[in-house]
Amino acid sequence: MTIALTTTSRRSFLGHSYNLVGVVASLVILAWTLIAIFAPYIIPHPIGDIVDDDYFGPMRQGLWLGSDYLGRDMLSRVLMGARYTVGISLAAVSIACFSGVVLGMIAAVTGGWLDTCLSRFLDAMNSIPSKLFGLVVVAAVGSSIPVLILTLAVIYIPGAYRFARALAVNINTMDFMTVARVRGESTLYLIGSEILPNIIRPVLADFGLRFVFIVLLLSGLSFLGLGLQPPLADWGALVRENIGGLPFAAPAVIVPSLAIASLTISVNLLIDNLPQKIRDRDA
Amino acid sequence: MTSGVLNLVLKRLGISAITLLIVLFAVFFATSMLPGDTASILLGQAATPEAVAGLREAMHLNDPAILRFLRWLVGLLHGDLGTSYANEMPVAALIGGRLVNTMKLAGITALLSVPLALTLGITAAMLRGSVYDRTVTVLSIGVISVPEFMVATLAVLLFAVYLRWLPALSSVNEAHSLTDLVRIYAMPVITLTFVISAQMIRMTRAAVIETLSTPYVEMALLKGASRSRMVLRHALPNALGPIVNAIALSLSYLVGGVIIVETIFNYPGIAKLMVDAVATRDLPLIQSCAMIFCLGYLLLITAADIVAIMSNPRLR
Repeated sequence: MTIALTTTSRRSFLGHSYNLVGVVASLVILAWTLIAIFAPYIIPHPIGDIVDDDYFGPMRQGLWLGSDYLGRDMLSRVLMGARYTVGISLAAVSIACFSGVVLGMIAAVTGGWLDTCLSRFLDAMNSIPSKLFGLVVVAAVGSSIPVLILTLAVIYIPGAYRFARALAVNINTMDFMTVARVRGESTLYLIGSEILPNIIRPVLADFGLRFVFIVLLLSGLSFLGLGLQPPLADWGALVRENIGGLPFAAPAVIVPSLAIASLTISVNLLIDNLPQKIRDRDA
Repeated sequence: MTSGVLNLVLKRLGISAITLLIVLFAVFFATSMLPGDTASILLGQAATPEAVAGLREAMHLNDPAILRFLRWLVGLLHGDLGTSYANEMPVAALIGGRLVNTMKLAGITALLSVPLALTLGITAAMLRGSVYDRTVTVLSIGVISVPEFMVATLAVLLFAVYLRWLPALSSVNEAHSLTDLVRIYAMPVITLTFVISAQMIRMTRAAVIETLSTPYVEMALLKGASRSRMVLRHALPNALGPIVNAIALSLSYLVGGVIIVETIFNYPGIAKLMVDAVATRDLPLIQSCAMIFCLGYLLLITAADIVAIMSNPRLR
């Protein structure tokens, strides 16, 4: 990420040519995004319908990914699960990064007691293990989609704040910031027009990393039975409800796990390959 | 050590103390929000309103939250963790044995994963860019990118289903011999070791690579020192601070990992106790468990920061 900082050109990521790993990773991400959007139109069977006489059925024609513990079509359930896993995580990471980055920039520009109080408080929040926080809050106020999104967002605001503040503090010492201050610009202008354009790349990379953390935490909570409640099921919940198929190595328990892994590994690989390209071009 | 370092360390400890207070406060209030009235849950469906009101009075549930928080805090200082709502036992007695079990699990994992991760991390950094390095890097990214429960499921699939070496569940009470003990701890420890080591390998590798790119290591290379001498004598002593920092930070991931692993393998530790307590809305128990986890986590990240301060030669 420090590499991205040193480049000052404003060309977008899309203007670069990716290497093979980056292309494959972005294709996987694109595929899951499209599936998340169009899932209700492409599923072969309604997700609640029992279509197989046998439970934990193997992969075969018509039931491409086998059946789950009740004999429901696994392919349909995984495709619909993408909706919840990707949707909830994306909503949560957007809230977390937007709030964290805005607060971080304000703290860096304003300084003084606001900066100290905010940093202390958010550092303390950061000292609560994320899974524990999720466990306690979700148990306290029940588990619905809005609660999950907000909880996940709150857990990752401190990290986004810390990251953005550290970057913004560096920019804040630049001459053009002093000039802008002397011109008498408002805080809103300072953070929106002077700081944000200079930190946007590392912030976007951070957005991707935090998305991965949130997908993992959401899956973990759902796996513990504290995330999405039946009849809704995201990928973590799919693993949980089909865990009984593990001794038979049923596809019902393996496929949702692979779905999570394909998404998170792709995002990680894409991010790893972005700054590399920028460095190569500058060299 | 000069007073500068001492000041920084004391300041860091002070910050940790304040953080601990904020965290305790947050845990207390989060658990106070648990749905349902504890008194009516305890007395069951047939309770008269008078009985519920009486119990609420006796349990001080009508007092303002801040008063209950202070009372809880004073109790903590006296070593009194309160009484479990669910089965009337002192929380300390419930937690005691479970905590020992969890510490054993964490201890064995640390003993295994620290040497393993350091070896892999340092050798990967030495052979940077080789096939070996790339394999280690890709594998550790892979493990970091998937949820802990998936590592656990894969481990069960491999060792218990296909190879049939180990049982999928563990119960500590049935340990009679060393073989039993190994069979019980193997699955949870393997899973946790994977999760912790992956983090540690990445951080160790990064720390050593950073040191290897310093001018004095280049100097060692130019005067003709062998590769292993260059790493072991010149780079490693200076990378020690960041590496210990990485170890402490990675071990703090145990806190999250242990919650999943104990639930999957039905291991009778404190995380399982807490997940069960959430189901029965046992406030004192949840508070105490959450507090122990936060305390452990805070200790580890504070230790990581202090090592980072002490190992910075500019401050000595």
